[in-house]
Amino acid sequence: MANKVKLVPGKSPNLFTERDAGKMPVLECIHLGIDFGGLHAVQDFDVAIGPTEITGLIGPNGAGKTTIFNLLTKVYEATSGTVLLNGIDLKGMTTPQVCKMGIGRTFQNIRLFNNMSVLDNVKAAMNHTIDYGFATGILRLPKYAREEKLGTEKAMELLSIFDMQDEAGDRAGSLPYGEQRRLEIVRALATEPKLLLLDEPAAGMNPAETTELMENIRKIRDRFEIAIFLIEHDMNLVMNVCEGICVLNFGQIIAKGTPEQIQNNPEVIEAYLGKKKEN
Amino acid sequence: MTVFIRTLISGLNLGSIYALIALGYSMVYGIARMLNFAHGDIIMVGAYSGIVAVMSIGLPPIVGILLGVIVCALLGITIERLAYKPLRQAPSLSILITAIGVSYLLQNLALIIFGPEQKAYPMFSGVKSFQILGAKIDGITILTLAVTACIMIGLNLFINKTKIGKAMRAVSEDKGAAELMGISTDRTITVTFAIGSALAAIASAFYGATYVYILPTTGSMPGIKAFTAAVFGGIGSIPGAMLGGIVLGLIEQFAKQYISTLWSNAIVFGVLIIVLLVKPTGLMGKTIQEKV
Repeated sequence: MANKVKLVPGKSPNLFTERDAGKMPVLECIHLGIDFGGLHAVQDFDVAIGPTEITGLIGPNGAGKTTIFNLLTKVYEATSGTVLLNGIDLKGMTTPQVCKMGIGRTFQNIRLFNNMSVLDNVKAAMNHTIDYGFATGILRLPKYAREEKLGTEKAMELLSIFDMQDEAGDRAGSLPYGEQRRLEIVRALATEPKLLLLDEPAAGMNPAETTELMENIRKIRDRFEIAIFLIEHDMNLVMNVCEGICVLNFGQIIAKGTPEQIQNNPEVIEAYLGKKKEN
Repeated sequence: MTVFIRTLISGLNLGSIYALIALGYSMVYGIARMLNFAHGDIIMVGAYSGIVAVMSIGLPPIVGILLGVIVCALLGITIERLAYKPLRQAPSLSILITAIGVSYLLQNLALIIFGPEQKAYPMFSGVKSFQILGAKIDGITILTLAVTACIMIGLNLFINKTKIGKAMRAVSEDKGAAELMGISTDRTITVTFAIGSALAAIASAFYGATYVYILPTTGSMPGIKAFTAAVFGGIGSIPGAMLGGIVLGLIEQFAKQYISTLWSNAIVFGVLIIVLLVKPTGLMGKTIQEKV
């Protein structure tokens, strides 16, 4: 807990809104790094995210963005540095433990449980919030029915926030692409995260779907009052939705700032946006 | 006609036993992606536990069977913890060889403890017989069919309607995504081994009642047949294991009755080869997606 910091707008890394001033950051990365053999995939990643902030992580392909998500969710164990979630060090925790601590995520390539129903996908993510044991499940004691009913109600409520209540019985794999992406977000929210990681949520979406996604991202922040950390290549989305942006190149942060600051940063333009404009 | 009905019933009886064992193979494969070749020997352990409970301690048969279920569930969990868990990241061939090693370990332990001579399985001696359409049917056969049907319905409800069942399905589809949704794969695998082994113990009671004598190697043949049934039905699929077991039992008994006792095993495995040639994933198997 020695590393506890209070957020100050303009001073703390990545905090650009008055809203979270004086609060403890939900996520704090200190000198986070990982090596794969001799390759420094991520180095000295320092970021603090306020409890209701929408932060973007951008950078060219192979910059290490998804690697950072994998470090935060313990898919990889960091070779150096610290991750604090609400001031608690995540060192030594497993992936499911980190999820229970409050980090939910979606994937770059959709990873739904395709053969399960939409409702069951959401309920599978509620495994640690639905509270009964093995014996209760086998013997179908009253507690089983009560907890399952409560779980179903919660899952249906989440689905209806995103207009998916009518698809609850459908097989997840049979949904159209845009809805599969939306279901992934619903499923991640079902783990009751304090920090939601979205890995390229707009990938493969058409402009209408992207606009809807942008509304949904703001809706999630306002309704659930959680922080969102997102990787995205769609600059329109990033610049419109994110309050703070962090630019990564070759595993290192090359710029942090508000969307305006990032758009005018010469280093960023050279490394990333400049290239993009030539297309 | 009576011969036909008798063969049908005994085929269903044998098929139920295979199905119960095949479920263990299939569930473990679906969730842990490994072939647990020691699973057959769990049957033998279950049978000996029952014999010890009834003959040596003097417990009533039903308690003996329940004791066997508990012993086997604990044994399944222990084997997974000690032998397979350390190899979670190892190549599948290492795990396969380990499983074969565990199988021989169990057989030889039984040989040391109980000796090489066969022991009579004492359980259902007092159960009455029935007449169905002129054919005499053992009460134990009716019991086997009824219990197996209940277990299958119960298992389906468990897999589909409880959170542990959902966790099992989630892990079998995408282990990584399941972990990121807060599901512990280790715990899920433990539960799977416990359920699979408990089903094998129940199968051991029916097997003992049908075949009467138990040897340290008793588990290996029904184990291999049940594994065949699991592959036949589509390994990893729970309804597949049930169907595969029943179909295999029927084929075996009909082949014994109408073709040749000597040829029955050859016919069973011949049918397996033909099914796999036509449908490599088994009767109810899904196409397996290999991750690169």
